[in-house]
Amino acid sequence: MSEISASAATETKRTMTLNMGPQHPSTHGVLRILLELDGETILKASPDVGFLHTGIEKECEVKTYQQVVPLTDRVDYLANLSNNLCYVLAVEKLLGMEIPRRAQWMRVMLTELTRINSHLVWLGTHAIDIGAMSVFLYCFREREDLLRIFEMFSGQRMMTSYFRVGGLALDAPRGWDKVVRKFIDQFPSKVDQYENLLTANPIWMQRTKDVGHVSLEDLIDIGATGPLIRAAGMSWDIRKSEPYSSYEQFQFQVPTQVESDVFARYQVRVAEMRESAKIVVQALEGMPEGPWQADSPHVVLPDRERMKTQMESLIYHFKIVTEGFSVPAGQVYQVIEAPRGELGYYVVSDGTNKPYRVHMRTPSFGNLMTMPNMLEGRLLADSIASLGSLDFVLGDVDR
Amino acid sequence: MLSDELSQMGVVQALQACPGAVLDGKRERAELTLSIAPERIVEVCRFLKDQQQFIRLSGITAVDWHPMEPRFEVVYHLHSLERNERIRLLCKLDGAQPEIDSVYSVWRAADWYEREIFDLFGVSFRNHPNLIRILMPEDWVGHPLRKDFPIHGYKYSYQDE
Repeated sequence: MSEISASAATETKRTMTLNMGPQHPSTHGVLRILLELDGETILKASPDVGFLHTGIEKECEVKTYQQVVPLTDRVDYLANLSNNLCYVLAVEKLLGMEIPRRAQWMRVMLTELTRINSHLVWLGTHAIDIGAMSVFLYCFREREDLLRIFEMFSGQRMMTSYFRVGGLALDAPRGWDKVVRKFIDQFPSKVDQYENLLTANPIWMQRTKDVGHVSLEDLIDIGATGPLIRAAGMSWDIRKSEPYSSYEQFQFQVPTQVESDVFARYQVRVAEMRESAKIVVQALEGMPEGPWQADSPHVVLPDRERMKTQMESLIYHFKIVTEGFSVPAGQVYQVIEAPRGELGYYVVSDGTNKPYRVHMRTPSFGNLMTMPNMLEGRLLADSIASLGSLDFVLGDVDR
Repeated sequence: MLSDELSQMGVVQALQACPGAVLDGKRERAELTLSIAPERIVEVCRFLKDQQQFIRLSGITAVDWHPMEPRFEVVYHLHSLERNERIRLLCKLDGAQPEIDSVYSVWRAADWYEREIFDLFGVSFRNHPNLIRILMPEDWVGHPLRKDFPIHGYKYSYQDE
């Protein structure tokens, strides 16, 4: 009897398990989610990550300090310069190094361009997930200009490795200011274009308003950072609270919203693009002249002229190229505000020329943990909008 | 033991509420590191969160000091938004059977970080709700971030080349 009633109970509560991903266009990479569905309602969402795990943290341990920089590009491949910056800041903190102002300002300008780049990819793909095709094309049009700027600076469109321990890889190329100026002058009007297509669009509002709400307490407790927190009403930005690389010399606002839904996250990120553009203009107008590498010959490669004419520079060149440089023993945890939130590099040195341990506290990892809260108890059709609003990069999650 | 300068700091003074929990501490490069007795970690974290406004767990990771003993160091990075302060807690575990209590009951953020350490270092966390591998395949043998795990894995050997 009890068996029958038990089976009857399961009969009335029949759920379906749906496997979403790992190859699903709206998971933006290789993310697998196991969804337990009751009709159209999601009862349980279990994310399964690790498909893009490449062991970057392990590989860092066998490279010299300078050789790790190209690996950090591959962590979050949409915000590579933010990762470069966080890593070199951590190592420079261990070395106790002073970085010249020009290099610091260049770093600020380029990481803000990276933020715009990352948000453009997010906006385009988020909109195409929800069905707004044309925004994607406009966003990628501007992104192409940005990639050309990165290529001009570093020779690479995406894997730039432009920031090095001690400064920059190269000085800014001739004519860089005209190119950046041309881009940044017309960029605010381009953001107006995207907003014209989306912000007051009734379909966009219906798909995004009151969708994917998570309370601020939950977000903080689960470890979400960045635009997710700011869209829930907390004005917390590491560029303001723990300024690095001379961010304290720039004027900008921290945009916030209180609704904590998909639409609020959209508004915050669009406003961040405008603020980033303001920072780029300030950096462009006040860019200091002077050296772009620190004056520490045992870390920074000498220029070719000196290397070929001075004995000492040649010795340093040989030492740096063959065995790198040693870093005093110790540990640092450097955090910066990456486009997706709090990016932290924990670097442990044992005094040799290779890092003993590099740990990346990536924003996507923390943000993705809030996904079950966003999906459970809601409709399956809304899951795509919620996922898009998280703005995760799987390379950033899995490392 | 703690230096005089360190004992004057607000957090360190407050932690006298958990006597014997703080084993050591240092302040380097403007970062405060406290070494905590592993069996007291949940109590200390609960205290720091509830009484000292460290409401955010920025992350947990581990360091393998093989072949030294105690071999593992579990590293907690706490952050207080209100005080704009960060603090690092270290717990040393020995290599034979590394085990420590989970802080999932304090911050839910600990969930994936502890799974990651379990996966890559083989440190296990008592009372964790779902302690399974997160990044490596389920049937993977070994823990890749341990120092005695070869960089190219066990499957291939590059010794002869």
